[in-house]
Amino acid sequence: MKIHSNLAVSDSGFIFNPSNGDSFSTNLVGAELIRLLKEGKSLTEIKKEITSKYEVEPTVFEKDYEDFISQLQDHFLVSND
Amino acid sequence: MTNSTKRKITVAVTGLNAVDSPGPGVAVIRGIRDCEDFDVRIIGFSYESLEPGIYMEGIADKVYQIPYPAAGTQTLLSRIEYIHAIEKIDVIIPNFDAELYNFIKISPQLKEFGIATFLPTHEQFESRDKVNLFKFGEKHGFLIPKDKTIYDVNELAATAKEFGYPLVVKGKYYEATVAYTLEQAQKAFHKLNAKWGLPIIIQEFISGTEVNIAALGDGEGNTISAVPMRKLFITDKGKAWAGITLEEQSLIDLAEKFIQATKWRGGFEIEIMRTQDGKPYIMEVNPRFPAWIYLTVGAGQNQPAALVKLALGEKVKPFTTYAVGKLFIRYAWDLITDVSEFQKISAFGEL
Repeated sequence: MKIHSNLAVSDSGFIFNPSNGDSFSTNLVGAELIRLLKEGKSLTEIKKEITSKYEVEPTVFEKDYEDFISQLQDHFLVSND
Repeated sequence: MTNSTKRKITVAVTGLNAVDSPGPGVAVIRGIRDCEDFDVRIIGFSYESLEPGIYMEGIADKVYQIPYPAAGTQTLLSRIEYIHAIEKIDVIIPNFDAELYNFIKISPQLKEFGIATFLPTHEQFESRDKVNLFKFGEKHGFLIPKDKTIYDVNELAATAKEFGYPLVVKGKYYEATVAYTLEQAQKAFHKLNAKWGLPIIIQEFISGTEVNIAALGDGEGNTISAVPMRKLFITDKGKAWAGITLEEQSLIDLAEKFIQATKWRGGFEIEIMRTQDGKPYIMEVNPRFPAWIYLTVGAGQNQPAALVKLALGEKVKPFTTYAVGKLFIRYAWDLITDVSEFQKISAFGEL
């Protein structure tokens, strides 16, 4: 799974997909996740960074992370290569 | 203060109907005026007295009415000869599909007058016509929805059986309706026939995201500019009321392939329906700039100004970059003018 490299994400969580013109809003944690994905971080690295920064159980994070990735897939913001 | 190094030119532009289904004239003029290489005088050519571009501040320096295309080329040529004697026109940019045939036909005479154009040939013009588009796609390897040209409403039922519902009923020049039943298709047939005449084109319905490309070919197979745009807000007439520039190399490649295949000379617009699995179906190719052409200026590729330079015989380097994520948002504005202005254009054909 790979997030599109040309995806534009503002600090406030506004996402713009320049390939098809779609735009979305996410919260600050979502924007941070996208930034980490764009940096090519693995799930383990992202989990470590998010759980150290926010009060969240690793299992809860993993579930929320999967939900978030699933939404990104629904909106064609990630590809499987 | 006028910069003396700028080239003084006079450009005549049609399509001043900046209405809810707008002509491109006002946007084309804005692009030309934005170009710092010219000291330009703009002559507006109008067909009707209430085209908003006639009255807009800072658009046309002078407006002349010209005869409708149905009046024929000789009438058009006589009118232009009269205007040219006064205005010394350097370039004419026609912006309506329906007038292009005549302008292409009289372009050799215009050249003799000293007026340049930068238009496709009749052959190029016909090849992308709705009636010929499917064959064109087959020949050059473009995806085009299946279509059928019909002349009689009784042909609808058999065509619908072949394509299934929904299907698209399209007018000869403009407008299209998606029909979900035979009754809707028949109604659309009669409406479009009354407005634009026969034939009517029935087209397979393709579901997806609508993306358009505004492009400019140099007539030798080279792409001077290509800017893709996604419609963000579409009016009930199917026109973009807001749109955004996209970054998608496959769309640029498609425009380049079209220009290579046709050696297109001039501006044009490709209307594409991109299916969910990413297949780009060409729905239409408009043989002139679209009404949203000013977005290309905003994105860094001033296509109208580049066309003027090409028409004047200048070499224009192809643009290589443009700003992605540039938006245009059209708006309605009540312009206040006086009846005396309306009277001048209505009675004398000049303003």
